[in-house]
Amino acid sequence: MSDDLIWKVISKQFCSFQIRPHQSQNNQDFCRNEYNVTGLCDRRSCPLANAQYATVKQVDGKLYLYMKTVERSHTPKNLWQRIKLSKDFTKALKQIDENLLYWNDFNINKCKQRFTRLKQVQITERRMALREERGEVSERNYVGVKHKVKKREEKRERKALAAARIEKSIEKELLDRLKSGAYGDKPLNVDDKIWKKVLGKMEDEDQENELEDEEEFDSDEDVQLDSDDEGSGEIEYVEADEDEEDEMVDMEDLEKWLGKDSDDESDSDDEDDDEEPEVKPKKIKTKRARIEVEYEEEPMTNIAN
Amino acid sequence: MGVVDSQTLKTIKNKQKRQQLFAQLKHEHNTTRHKERQARAREERDNPELKEKRLAENIPDTIDSKRVYDETVNVDMEGEDNFDSYFEDGQEPKVLITTNANAKRPAYEFSAMMCEILPNSTFVKRQRKYTIKDMAEYCSNRDFTDLIVINEDKKVVNGITFVHLPEGPTFYFSITSLVERKKITGHGQPTGHVPELVLNNFTTRLGQSVSRLFQSLFPHKPEFEGRQVVTLHNQRDYIFFRMHRYIFRNEEKVGLQELGPQFTLKLRRIQKGIRQDIDWEYKPELEKDKRKFYL
Repeated sequence: MSDDLIWKVISKQFCSFQIRPHQSQNNQDFCRNEYNVTGLCDRRSCPLANAQYATVKQVDGKLYLYMKTVERSHTPKNLWQRIKLSKDFTKALKQIDENLLYWNDFNINKCKQRFTRLKQVQITERRMALREERGEVSERNYVGVKHKVKKREEKRERKALAAARIEKSIEKELLDRLKSGAYGDKPLNVDDKIWKKVLGKMEDEDQENELEDEEEFDSDEDVQLDSDDEGSGEIEYVEADEDEEDEMVDMEDLEKWLGKDSDDESDSDDEDDDEEPEVKPKKIKTKRARIEVEYEEEPMTNIAN
Repeated sequence: MGVVDSQTLKTIKNKQKRQQLFAQLKHEHNTTRHKERQARAREERDNPELKEKRLAENIPDTIDSKRVYDETVNVDMEGEDNFDSYFEDGQEPKVLITTNANAKRPAYEFSAMMCEILPNSTFVKRQRKYTIKDMAEYCSNRDFTDLIVINEDKKVVNGITFVHLPEGPTFYFSITSLVERKKITGHGQPTGHVPELVLNNFTTRLGQSVSRLFQSLFPHKPEFEGRQVVTLHNQRDYIFFRMHRYIFRNEEKVGLQELGPQFTLKLRRIQKGIRQDIDWEYKPELEKDKRKFYL
């Protein structure tokens, strides 16, 4: 059978190796024949419609150069001639060059490309296996997620978000907290006028409940006393900052300690280990500092606006 | 030809005529509906009790209201968990944040964000040779109360592990629909104050322990002058994270400004101790009935 005849059938009628992706932008079909050197379905890289064809395949972890020629096409048993490629990358490339001498450039280049890619995959595989051997097991739980389940979850999340009315529920919760007096007797997060109104309502309720008028004076005194407490609250604020510093110190300890650990284990890793953890916390320190400068000015202006 | 009823409409065989008549029928139906609504609105404007009565009677069924009965809903918590050091002894939280090994930029951005949100937290770059168990040990030696490990795959942040120290438990959540601050329109900048916490709808026993986990990440006393609020709203087992700055406009109205980020958590696994026996695990079969919820 001539190549052209085969290609005519494949391209115009049917090929069981052909894959037509749903939306291919340039109408490019794919091929799943294992001898295909590019993976594309076209005239030049079709292993069926070319009597002279070469490809690279991985068999049992070894890379082989596969070649077929017109002279052997009448014996399917011996159709493919294979040559084991060297483990040395440059040597293997030379082997391809030698064996495909006088073949067309397309075959040579594509074989080299495929060989390079397979080599890269092999290296990655090996590295991962080594990592596992060393005990650096990835801690991940791989769980297969079906497309249907994924879609279902997305849909339900969207609907849950709509049903949640998050902002409304937050507003309600905050008002509840304000009215139940969770913010203390002289809250810092409410405007005075509004707080007085709320307080008035709360006292009305109290009066209804207890029917005692004298309470009001007491509560006023309480307010004053508590305002003193708020002053001490500010002092607490400073303490919190000190805590932060302590925590930084602790962090440095941890780093030192981590560094010591790596000292024991290996020298080569040392430089990386010491550099990496130090860089990140520093960045965050600067961010923290910026935030502290902001809050002295911001809240008041924001309230006004 | 005037407007026909829907029964005679079916007997008409000319499709064009049928369509025309159906459109008329529909139009008429809409106009009567609108008139009824207007009349009702007018009536209710005069005496609002009618509206209240109608709204009270007319509550639509939702998935949430038809929820499958769960005996632990709104029951006081039974049994012990390991958050007593926070709730009983009043220990202040101290959090270490790290990522998966070989993390990429999005993971670091997300952890920086978490550092901003959680007061008293520090970030340490992950090293491949230390497992979560090792890190948990180091951290509990250093008096950290929580370890957070952010997971990223293919430059998308998709999971977060909370390990409560020193004795667990370990929670794993998936993260979806992450929106960073700068993508939110009209967002504000957070100040360094300790935010308030709003935990909504954590009703079952499982939900309570999840809410206790989140609560134990934030210090006991929020700084109210910051007027910042962090919300974890559970709706149908999806936990929505939001952060806002609020202002009380009057005694009935609250203004909110989103500070970001937004993301959605979904509980996938709870393990006893530090990644040991599985206490509870999400499986797709659990969600076959869409009215059954676990949090």
